[in-house]
Amino acid sequence: MSVLVYVEQAEGKFKKSVFEAVSYAKAIADQQSTNLMAISIGDVAESELKELGKYGAAKVLNVSTDQLKTFVNQAYASVIAAAAEKEGADIVVLSNSFSGKGLAPRIAVKLKAGLADGAVELPSNDGKFAVKKTAFSGKAFAITELTSANKVIALNPNAFGVKENATDAAIENFAADIKQSDLGTVIKDIVRATDKVSLPDAELVVSAGRGLKGPENWGMIEELANLLGAATACSKPVSDADWRPHSEHVGQTGIAISPNLYIAIGISGAIQHLAGVSSSKVIVVINKDPEAPFFKVADYGIVGDAFEVVPKLIEALKAHKG
Amino acid sequence: MKILVCISNVPDTTTKITFTNDNTEFNTSGVQYIVNPYDEIALSRAIELTEGGKGTVTVINVGEAANDPTIRKALAIGADDAVRVNAAPRDAYFVAKQIAEYAKDKDFDIILTGRESIDYNGNQVAAMVGEFLDIPSVSIIKKLTLEGDTATIEREIEGGKEVLTVSGKFVASCAEGVAEPKIPNMRGIMSARTKPLTVVDAVAIEEVSKVTKYETPAPRGTVKLVPADQTEQLISLLHSEAKVI
Repeated sequence: MSVLVYVEQAEGKFKKSVFEAVSYAKAIADQQSTNLMAISIGDVAESELKELGKYGAAKVLNVSTDQLKTFVNQAYASVIAAAAEKEGADIVVLSNSFSGKGLAPRIAVKLKAGLADGAVELPSNDGKFAVKKTAFSGKAFAITELTSANKVIALNPNAFGVKENATDAAIENFAADIKQSDLGTVIKDIVRATDKVSLPDAELVVSAGRGLKGPENWGMIEELANLLGAATACSKPVSDADWRPHSEHVGQTGIAISPNLYIAIGISGAIQHLAGVSSSKVIVVINKDPEAPFFKVADYGIVGDAFEVVPKLIEALKAHKG
Repeated sequence: MKILVCISNVPDTTTKITFTNDNTEFNTSGVQYIVNPYDEIALSRAIELTEGGKGTVTVINVGEAANDPTIRKALAIGADDAVRVNAAPRDAYFVAKQIAEYAKDKDFDIILTGRESIDYNGNQVAAMVGEFLDIPSVSIIKKLTLEGDTATIEREIEGGKEVLTVSGKFVASCAEGVAEPKIPNMRGIMSARTKPLTVVDAVAIEEVSKVTKYETPAPRGTVKLVPADQTEQLISLLHSEAKVI
C-alpha cells in the first residue's frame, strides 16, 4: 500500500499546481502511514525531478521515451495505472488540470477505482475514505466516499496550497510497456501564450463583464491584470458576444475558479456567474449599480463607473508598487 | 456515420441548491431540469456533422422515466433517436459503464459528451467510456472537424491549446466553441414526439463511490465599501488586511 502522484510537466518543467498535488499526496500518505512516490512522463531533467523531494516524494519514477514525449491520454493512463499496480499503490493523486481531467477517469477504470475529481480537502480519516469535492459549480460540496479498494483523487488548483516536506527524492527509470493501440491521438501543434497567466491555476484573477461596453475597452483590464500578475477572465455574455475568447469565461457553464483574489468589474453577479467564482478567497466588486447582487458576496466593493475607477486603480497600484 | 451523444439531466442553471434529510439528499422540489448545457453543444456539433444525410445522431441518457422530457428536448433539437438506460445514475463510473455496454456492439464512429455536467461537475464520463471501450478519448475540446476517417481536434490546455488528430473511433467531451447550441423549432418539437425512444435495462456493476453528504459554502461577511475616488485605500486593504497582493 502506498500513494502515487502523477506529476504533469509542461516543456520539462513542473508548475505550482504539481507541487500542490505532491504536497496533498504526501499529506494523504502521512495520514495513511505509508510512503509517497511520484511518476513523471516526458523529458524532464534530473534536477527538476529532484525538486519533487522538497514536497515529500521519496521516490520518483521517470518515464522517458520518444513515444510519450507529448501527451497521449490513453498511453499516459496505461503507464500510470501500470506503475500503480507494479508498485502496489492503491491511491493515485493528480492535478485536476485539463490533462488530469482526461487521465483520471481512464486510470480509475483501469484500477476499478472510485474517483473524486475536484477534491478540495484531505480525505476523512475516520475509517471511511470520504473526499470533499465541488458540486453544482461551487454552489455546494459533495462528500464522496470512495468505497473501492483502489482510489483516484484529482485535486483542484489552489485548494490545498504548497507545503514543503523535504526529503531526498530517489530517481528511478520506469520502463513503460506501450501498446500501439494506446497511441491513437497524435499532437500536431501546441500553442502556448507564454506571457499570459493560466486562468485555472491563477492566484489572482481580473474579470470583466458587459459593463465594459465593448471589446475595445479591455486594454485597461489587461493593464490591471499585468500589473498584478493576474489572469484575465470574463462573464458569459462577454464570451457569447465574442468580445473575449470562450476560454476566459468563468461561471457555472464556464470555468470554475478559486483564486486568492477575484476582481469583478462591470459584472452584476448573476447566480450562474457566482456559482463559478464564489470559492475565491477574496472578492472585489467594482460596479456602478449599488444594487448589483455581486456586492452581497463581495469582501470589498467600489460603487462607481468602471471607466473612472479602473484607471485610478491602475495609478494607485503603480504607486503602491513604487 | 453514426454519432452517439451522451446527455445528462441537470437542474436549470438558475436553481438555488438545497438539500434535505440532514443534507444527504438533493432537494428536487420545484427544480426545473434541462439538458446539461455542455451536452447541448456536443449534440449541436453532432447534428452539424451529420447534416445532409451524412449520418445519424442517437442520444443516450442513464436515468429514470422522469428524464424523458429532457430526452424529448434533445430529439426536438435534432437527434434522430434516443436510448434511455433505465436506472438511477449512481456515479460517473456507473453511467459510463452503462453507456459503454450499450455502445459496444452498435458501431458508433464518434461518441460525444459535454465537458462536464453542471451538477456534479464531473469530467469523467467521456474518458471512462473511452477506457471501457478501449478507444481514444479527448477531453475538453474546443473544435472538432472531420476529413474522411480523420478528426482534427483542438483541445484546451493551461495557457494555450493543443491541436491533435485521431483516426477511427473516438470519444470526446465538448466545451464552448465546438458549436453554437441549437434551439428547437416547431417542426423539431412536433417530430420529437414520434421519434423512437428505446428503454433498455442497466447492467449490474460494483459500487466504487457514493455521495454520503452535501455541504453548502459558508456565508460570506458583509462587503466593505471603499469610495470610488479612494482606490489607494482598496490597494492598501488588499495588501495589509486581505494580504492577497
